[in-house]
Amino acid sequence: MQIYLPIAEVSVNLYVLLGIGGGVGLLSGIFGVGGGFLITPLLLFIGVPPGVAVATGANQVVAASVSGLMVHIRRRTVDFKMGTVMLVGGFLGSNLGIYIFELMKRAGQTELFVQFSYVFFMGIIGLMMFQESFRAIRRARNPALAAGANRQRSRHSWVQRWPMKMKFRTSGLYISVIPPFAIGLMVGVLSATMGVGGGFIIVPAMIYILGMNTRVVVGTSLFQIIFVTAYSVMAHAIANQSVDMALAVLLIVGGVVGAQIGTVIGFRLKAEQLRILLALLVLAVAVKIGLDLVLKPADLYSIRSVNHP
Amino acid sequence: MIRLLTLLALLAFGAPALAQSPEKIVAGLSNNQIAITASFNGSDILVFGAVKRDAPIPEGKPLQVIITLEGPPNPVAVSRKGHVWGIWINTQTVRLNAAPAFYAVATSGPLSDVLSHTDDLRYKITIPQAIEDIGTAHQAADAPAFVDALVRIRQAEGLYVVDQNAVTVEQSTLFHADLKLPANLIEGIYKARIFITRDGKVIAEHQSDVLVRKIGLERWLYRLAQDQPPVYGLLSLVIAIAAGWLASAVFRLVKR
Repeated sequence: MQIYLPIAEVSVNLYVLLGIGGGVGLLSGIFGVGGGFLITPLLLFIGVPPGVAVATGANQVVAASVSGLMVHIRRRTVDFKMGTVMLVGGFLGSNLGIYIFELMKRAGQTELFVQFSYVFFMGIIGLMMFQESFRAIRRARNPALAAGANRQRSRHSWVQRWPMKMKFRTSGLYISVIPPFAIGLMVGVLSATMGVGGGFIIVPAMIYILGMNTRVVVGTSLFQIIFVTAYSVMAHAIANQSVDMALAVLLIVGGVVGAQIGTVIGFRLKAEQLRILLALLVLAVAVKIGLDLVLKPADLYSIRSVNHP
Repeated sequence: MIRLLTLLALLAFGAPALAQSPEKIVAGLSNNQIAITASFNGSDILVFGAVKRDAPIPEGKPLQVIITLEGPPNPVAVSRKGHVWGIWINTQTVRLNAAPAFYAVATSGPLSDVLSHTDDLRYKITIPQAIEDIGTAHQAADAPAFVDALVRIRQAEGLYVVDQNAVTVEQSTLFHADLKLPANLIEGIYKARIFITRDGKVIAEHQSDVLVRKIGLERWLYRLAQDQPPVYGLLSLVIAIAAGWLASAVFRLVKR
């Protein structure tokens, strides 16, 4: 069954949209990532114009994240204090990111810039996570290696020496507010320039840089993603009129259901397994976009309407 | 004197041949309005008509009919990727001032038989003629390749269509054709033109408009997004948050 999208001005299959929403929602529930880095390329693939794909993807991420967050709030696995500190940095960062994006637009290479950012950040983060979680799984299987693991944990302590310390009871931390603020800022910049919520960066950053309790990482990440992406939806709606509400509703219907199921699956999996799967997913997207840059495209030419989002 | 000469020259050469043509087109469309609803999945327009003449059918080759349907023109950028430092990036872009969002040509015979090149240039009938490529030559040395690419990509998407032999002509007088419109139409005024030709020369032209517009919920959402962006943005967010909360509440009930 086909459906005509009022803002995107294309006709797409209803079940394909529900499927995309459901699949991405499932992953977002499992891993605590918004799924923006998956939904935007998928929408582009089915023929939605780029501007509409980014803006509407962000709207779907809001819904999936709210749905996931509710489960985490009930299980008390959200550190609101930590999330708020990151959010303050995040808002500053996204304004900075919008400014950088504008500069790139003037240089005429936005597409290349976005692709490079994806490959670079997702490649590095994916590799780091994969390596770490692979080691963690090996340690779990082989207790002899566990001794070395404890020594490694103490490496996070440099964060604790910074000033302006604050107690984050839910995360089990007493650290300076500067590192979470800086992480929020960086993620804000990336989310505005790459059109993603930033979950795939914030989750590993909370684990490896801040040393947060892994149980609260996913919920806290969802909490911060909701506000950053909501801000981005408003910015796109006002500046470009590129949010397609009909498309968003269909993605959301699939997405919220998927996110509920995903959250339940996420609680059943072990933390290391969760991280290695997320690492593989992030790496897969990075490799795909990297290959698009390196391999000769099937068609050297591409067209875009100048006044259409 | 000079003015008089110019006037004479205009009368002799400038005035289109159509004016004196004894054959005229009387035509109609099955619908002058196409409504885009949420379930819009393409549409058909039946173009039909007859040739009205004061004199008997002239001798010579049979009469041919060409029908074009042209969507609203939009500026388009065509980019070409090049191999730079091991990666493929857009190296050259050509901007076209106006390319129709949709363009269909239906004919009663092979295009090369029914239309001469001079009349194609004059009436801008075939797809390449419909694309405004003035001012592209200085943007790239091989600007025509970019125009060709645009036509090729839009043909693959079903937005540019050439359908030879799609027009049925009966006894050199009655004609009809079924034009198919794809599902990914954009709003605007679509121009339908009908030409009758003989020996590749256009002898009469007829034009009418088809209005393509969104209706109902589609129109309401589109207008809200354009006219009240902050309200539209907030509404999108409220829907997203409510849906997320609702799903979580429903699942909680189901699990009990």
